[in-house]
Amino acid sequence: MKERTIWEQIADSFRSRSIWMLHYCTGCGAMELPPTMTSRFDMERFGVAPMATPRQADILLITGYLNTKTLRRVIYTYEQMADPKYVIGFGSCTINGGIYFDSYSTINRLDYYVPVDVYIAGCMPRPEAILEAFNYLMEKIRKGEADGWKRYRENYEWYKQNQIRSLGEVYVHDEFHE
Amino acid sequence: MAAYKALFNLVVAFFLVLSLEGIARKIMARIQRRIGPPWYQNFIDLFKALSKHPFSNGWIFDFGVLMALGGALATAMIIPMGSITWTPFPNSDNFFVIMYLFAVGALGMAMGMVGSGNPWASIGVSRALTQMLGYELPYLIVMSSVIFFYKTASIHKLIELQRGGWNLLVMPLGGIVAFISLMGMLGKKPFDIMIAPAEIASGPMVELSGKYMGLLHIMHVFSVFVEISLFVDVFLGGGSFGWYLVKFVVVWVLAVMISSVLPRFRIEQMLKFYWGVPLGLAFLNALFVLLGWTL
Ligand code: SF4
Repeated sequence: MKERTIWEQIADSFRSRSIWMLHYCTGCGAMELPPTMTSRFDMERFGVAPMATPRQADILLITGYLNTKTLRRVIYTYEQMADPKYVIGFGSCTINGGIYFDSYSTINRLDYYVPVDVYIAGCMPRPEAILEAFNYLMEKIRKGEADGWKRYRENYEWYKQNQIRSLGEVYVHDEFHE
Repeated sequence: MAAYKALFNLVVAFFLVLSLEGIARKIMARIQRRIGPPWYQNFIDLFKALSKHPFSNGWIFDFGVLMALGGALATAMIIPMGSITWTPFPNSDNFFVIMYLFAVGALGMAMGMVGSGNPWASIGVSRALTQMLGYELPYLIVMSSVIFFYKTASIHKLIELQRGGWNLLVMPLGGIVAFISLMGMLGKKPFDIMIAPAEIASGPMVELSGKYMGLLHIMHVFSVFVEISLFVDVFLGGGSFGWYLVKFVVVWVLAVMISSVLPRFRIEQMLKFYWGVPLGLAFLNALFVLLGWTL
């Protein structure tokens, strides 16, 4: 791993304390997010705040199983986010397929398609586990180890190949300028 | 000397409003029985946003963001902070100058955000401009009656003429209407229709990434400073620098507390509201001023 300059270290410590998240609710795990956000568990005290669009967001939460139709949207969403960006894979469905491992329409391993920085095991993970994961991600960002966005750039060919193998085509349409 | 004072204005505005925004998040959290983020959270958010690698959406977008920031900066520079001692440009702190300069920032934002080509941004901008139509009408009528009453539009002269008693006490109706308009200017809760994150994906800001978000956040900080300072100077009688800060904080906290217990209006409810009671009260206030029935 490359040494970080002093500016990158300062920037990383800011990034670790202010995480704007985009929760693209794909699966049942999204049900655990409302209690995490509201008064009981209050994730805003860690500087984690929900954002409305991918452009503003820093992390993408993949909350559960992904079928091939949603995977395409997830990839578009991920590519619209500004660097540095991080991904949290939520629940066992993103790790190895979970209980949908033999379904014809879902993907099994998220890491083939977008780089994942932190996984949360469990079906579904409780809010405590989610807060734990956020703290772990903050620690990783502070140390400069959360480098999924760099991996995606460096191994873009490999990720693209995997995406095309499952989806047939991956092409972001620019409807406004066409 | 004036240049130093203007720079001092900007420094005060930046640190004061950013920490107050953090405190507002804390207050809101306490009202909802949460712990809430630390008061310096907004500084972290801002510097993080400035450290990201953003996307541009063409030169109109870039230019619009810069124009918005420039307009807000220029307005914040000429605002008097409580008395003639803290007035950077005593000859040009006219109310009309401030209103015109302030519109530059708002129009720059509208142009840049529509230039991003996202339909949510266009909807957000149209909502923001409709809302401006809503609150500016009662506000300007109240301000006209204030200017007619004191026979001057210069803010620091208005402050001096309020030595005898705050304008809020001289014309209470006008003060109340101005505060309701202030809530709309700040985009606080019943009137935050233009950013409505749940319905139109934060409206004008939908395509803003990284540094653009940071720049517009700075613009927002200076706009808040201008809006609240105008209220404090014109209705609460300014005062020495310390008193000015106290009044600023009180007005802000009041606005935050009101906003944290209210839901959001729809766009046509907002317009009906502003052009109903506040507009009527503004006209009544103007009538009282014309007849000389002030306290
Ligand atoms: S891991 Fe369990 S809770 Fe999460 S999406 Fe899969 S089946 Fe649902």
